[in-house]
Amino acid sequence: MAEKLKFAIYWAATCGGCDVAILDLAEKILDVIEIADIVFWPIAMDFKYKDLEAMDKGSIDFAFYNGSVRNSEHEHVAKVLREKAKVMVAFGACACSGGIPGLANISNREEIFKVAYKETPSTVNPEFTVPKPSLKIEDVTLTLPEFYDTVKPLNMVVDVDYYIPGCPPPVELIWQAVEAIKNGKLPPKGSVIGPRYTLCEVCKRKKDEKVKIKGIRRVYEGKPDPEKCFLDQGYICLGPATRAGCAGEEGGRCLNVNMPCRGCMGPADEIRDQGARMISALASIMYPEVPPEEFIKMVKDPLGLFYRFTLPSSILNRKVIKK
Amino acid sequence: MSREEPRIGVFVCHCGTNIAGFVDVKSVVEFASKQPNVVFATDERYVCSEPGQALIRDSIKKYNLNRVVIASCSPRMHEQTFRKTVESAGLNPYLLEIANIREHCSWVHMQEPDKATEKAKALVTAAIAKARLLEPLTPMRFKVTPAALVIGGGIAGIQASLDLANMGFKVYLVEKTPSIGGHMAQLDKTFPTLDCSACILTPKMVDVARHPNITLLAYSEVKSVEGFIGNFKVKVLKKARYVDESKCTGCGTCAEKCPVKKVPNEFDLGLGYRSAIYVPFPQAVPLIYTIDKDNCLYFTKGVCKVCEKVCPAGAIDFNQKDEELELDVGVIIVATGYDLFDPKQKPEYGYGRYKNVITNLEFERLVNAAGPTGGKILRPSDHKEPKRVAFIQCVGSRDVKVGNPYCSRICCMASIKHAHQVKEKIPDAEVYVFYIDLRAFGKGYEEFFERTQKEGVTFVRGKVAEIYQKPKTENLVVRFENTLLGKLMEMEFDMVVLAAGLIPRVDSEDIQKLLKLSRSPDKFFLEAHPKLRPVETHTSGIYLCGCAQGPKDIPDTVAQASAAAAQAAIPLMAGEVVAEPITAYVDEEICGGCRICESVCPYEAIKVEETDKGRKAKVNEALCRGCGACGAACPSGAITMRGFTREQILAQIEALLTM
Amino acid sequence: MVDFEPVIIAFTCNWCTYAGADLAGTSKLQYPANVRIIRLMCTGRLEPEFILEAFKRGADGVLVGGCHPGDCHYLEGNYKANYRVALIKELLKTLGIEPERLRLEWISASEGNKFAEVVTSFVEEIKKLGPNPLKEVKM
Repeated sequence: MAEKLKFAIYWAATCGGCDVAILDLAEKILDVIEIADIVFWPIAMDFKYKDLEAMDKGSIDFAFYNGSVRNSEHEHVAKVLREKAKVMVAFGACACSGGIPGLANISNREEIFKVAYKETPSTVNPEFTVPKPSLKIEDVTLTLPEFYDTVKPLNMVVDVDYYIPGCPPPVELIWQAVEAIKNGKLPPKGSVIGPRYTLCEVCKRKKDEKVKIKGIRRVYEGKPDPEKCFLDQGYICLGPATRAGCAGEEGGRCLNVNMPCRGCMGPADEIRDQGARMISALASIMYPEVPPEEFIKMVKDPLGLFYRFTLPSSILNRKVIKK
Repeated sequence: MSREEPRIGVFVCHCGTNIAGFVDVKSVVEFASKQPNVVFATDERYVCSEPGQALIRDSIKKYNLNRVVIASCSPRMHEQTFRKTVESAGLNPYLLEIANIREHCSWVHMQEPDKATEKAKALVTAAIAKARLLEPLTPMRFKVTPAALVIGGGIAGIQASLDLANMGFKVYLVEKTPSIGGHMAQLDKTFPTLDCSACILTPKMVDVARHPNITLLAYSEVKSVEGFIGNFKVKVLKKARYVDESKCTGCGTCAEKCPVKKVPNEFDLGLGYRSAIYVPFPQAVPLIYTIDKDNCLYFTKGVCKVCEKVCPAGAIDFNQKDEELELDVGVIIVATGYDLFDPKQKPEYGYGRYKNVITNLEFERLVNAAGPTGGKILRPSDHKEPKRVAFIQCVGSRDVKVGNPYCSRICCMASIKHAHQVKEKIPDAEVYVFYIDLRAFGKGYEEFFERTQKEGVTFVRGKVAEIYQKPKTENLVVRFENTLLGKLMEMEFDMVVLAAGLIPRVDSEDIQKLLKLSRSPDKFFLEAHPKLRPVETHTSGIYLCGCAQGPKDIPDTVAQASAAAAQAAIPLMAGEVVAEPITAYVDEEICGGCRICESVCPYEAIKVEETDKGRKAKVNEALCRGCGACGAACPSGAITMRGFTREQILAQIEALLTM
Repeated sequence: MVDFEPVIIAFTCNWCTYAGADLAGTSKLQYPANVRIIRLMCTGRLEPEFILEAFKRGADGVLVGGCHPGDCHYLEGNYKANYRVALIKELLKTLGIEPERLRLEWISASEGNKFAEVVTSFVEEIKKLGPNPLKEVKM
């Protein structure tokens, strides 16, 4: 019997959904167990960091890191895992591109702490005590992870070998990765596991010949027709700028419940800034229906709309806040 | 896309002292030679000269270069030249990148040579960065339709049409009004020879009508133009005359019997009248009558129809419809001519208020034997011969206040001619010409001016400040400064003729939009280069001639029309055109068929189609102009714009900012 | 503001603004040496990434120069650029970068004067705004 592979699974700044997605493998999880031992999985079992740090270099075959890097603990574990693992996989939108926690890049530690520890209505903190990275009491130093100003995707702190996108990654894609590992048929390093084409390819909705929208509707305005392309109806769908694969060949997870795509699978290959591409596409088809001044008023939340999952990995990856 | 290792050669031009006088060329060469992938860098006095081009060819062979960067004048000057040079050395002509260190650097930072040198280094680094990523491209070849469209039937359009037709090409001449002839048909005599204008024009008009290669579409308008050089598709609206062209003999019985007689005649500028069914002038070509719907009793009130009853050929057809024609042509010549400046914009001259203040063109109609007064110079208020006539120059020209700072070129000679004509017909008349400068620059012009002086016409150097009318006599008092005497003076005249300037035709805006023409600051259409390419426009296949391009007299107009015909004939004779291969390319593995590219392409050149890989965008290379709208809008990044790829431009940005 | 020399990247269309800049050169009009021009065939080619990348790499200002509305050599490219730039300015505002650092101008092939004037005034404006705020921020 071949020696079992060693898998590590870590969660950083995350919602936990990526780990639940692994469980969504349902009975297929038994196939995973057949080929691999999970040597590190904080959500499921009690592991200590010192155990991880004691492992030999390269002794872990695949490390699956979900969640973005929000604080020094996340960064530290990422670096340790990188050292101990042969292959580092960014698992889920947060690790791949920053994810929803990445929207915090509109702010910084000072502002976040002010809200969290002082200004929220139910907080009573007259001395404005905030978490500090270290505190010496007598001869003991207590430490807390340092809260960074900027959320980062995994590849900004360590080299990443593969990306499994999605919020959370669709089960099919996780299984595809496991199969590839099992059969030794992994794509070149640096690849994203998933189709190369965008969501429109597999979307089953009816499309007009040309898309020319007269205005932007929010999802609660009117009733989206489940048979027609969202863009044709004026609802902003990021499908054109998003990698397909969230529902295999059968449309998209959100599309299939009559919600426009929000871009969680990230951009197509070779595009670094998904938001910029959607901005360009949307602005281009707005002409000439709505004058530019009105058009920009219709976009209420450019970051939430265009960069919901990818702000930290975009070109200008955070808001500039002058000290 | 396999990529060989780039071996870049950099050639920095001195351009004499144009660049080297301000940019430290040697230090730019040294800087360039240190860049990765640069295997050879040198400077040269004039890279575009024969020795310079030989240097490039030899260097390509000697150093096995596969990319060339030239730091020189604008690529808009010599890109084609250098592409040929590179090609002759065996390299694909699109493996060339030019850094503009003259127009964009040495010439505009002459006081700051250090900064100019730094900027030149940055621009060269950006060109090197792009050159590393250039790919060989193959131009597309297209057949040329051997036919031409000429828009405008004045002397310019007529001349161009005849030249092209005589070369053997099919010509469609489209004219908006019911007859060709333009403004020249309205003139009496032409300066300086005093040829009768109609006598020299009408034979050409008849030639046009009878030429087997010319299809004359009068009373027609161009409605849409699509395509590109060699392959234009034009829609022309042939307006209904309500007279059958094939039957009308031009006998004029209809006009004679038409009860509506007092329609102001456009050809006579409202000084005379015509009927509701009319030809603009007796020598009209085609000599076919037209019913003016707005004044015809049948169309306005449903009665009359006398013309139909009396027409011996039975040519009247009240049910005639407008006709839409589709033409395939290879080239288009724009000869839309001029309009006259409206002197009402200079209220101090009283035009429109005082009957006896007229324009130069109105004077032409008065003095013309076929005009409303039978050639007698009679002043409008009382139809008496004026004994004292003033000509006021530069009305609406050389005048920043009305937005026309340019000189209209023909008015000095026209007024000198008019002054002579007054003296000829009214020998005892006192004739004054009030001028700022007198421009008598052409062949025979100065001699004609002297002759008119000898005939007793007085030329006063001074701008006219104001004209006011004496109410009883309707004479006009002209207040002016006589600059040579240094005095403010007033003189009384029976009639004043304003030398109104030339402006671009007001309705040429429609043509501008259809053809995407640019305008010069004076609002006439813009030529491709003021010195070297005066009859071409920036759009391949579209040419300009006559006053559409700028005010000019008849000899210059005819010369320019022939020049435009000669230029237009080049692609027609070559039979094929070569299109720039900077087209769009779709990576079908990434394309999801979202149709956003199809929705933004102005040329219908990219469409989403069913393929065995699913719905994919497909580019029609023949229609793609390489504008990049689809490439920029594509949300998946599947579209690459050859020659201006995303990677190339990002590399240029990086180079310019991290230098 | 500390006296600094801004670096401005200008994206210009081949048919209008690039030619207008050429004319400024042929006419020997002098303007500050802070602008570096990148040639595009049409402002319709302009992708938001180009502008964002320029700011990311330290450009203090970005100038976009195209044909006047109605005059675009490729019919509508300049209109699309207009919309894209409008939305990018909103994005810049949200991300704490002064939207005045991005400027869109219509400059035709015969407006050499205008090109020189626009560059001169834009350089002045950027000098007042100060250096690109991203230069002070560690990523």
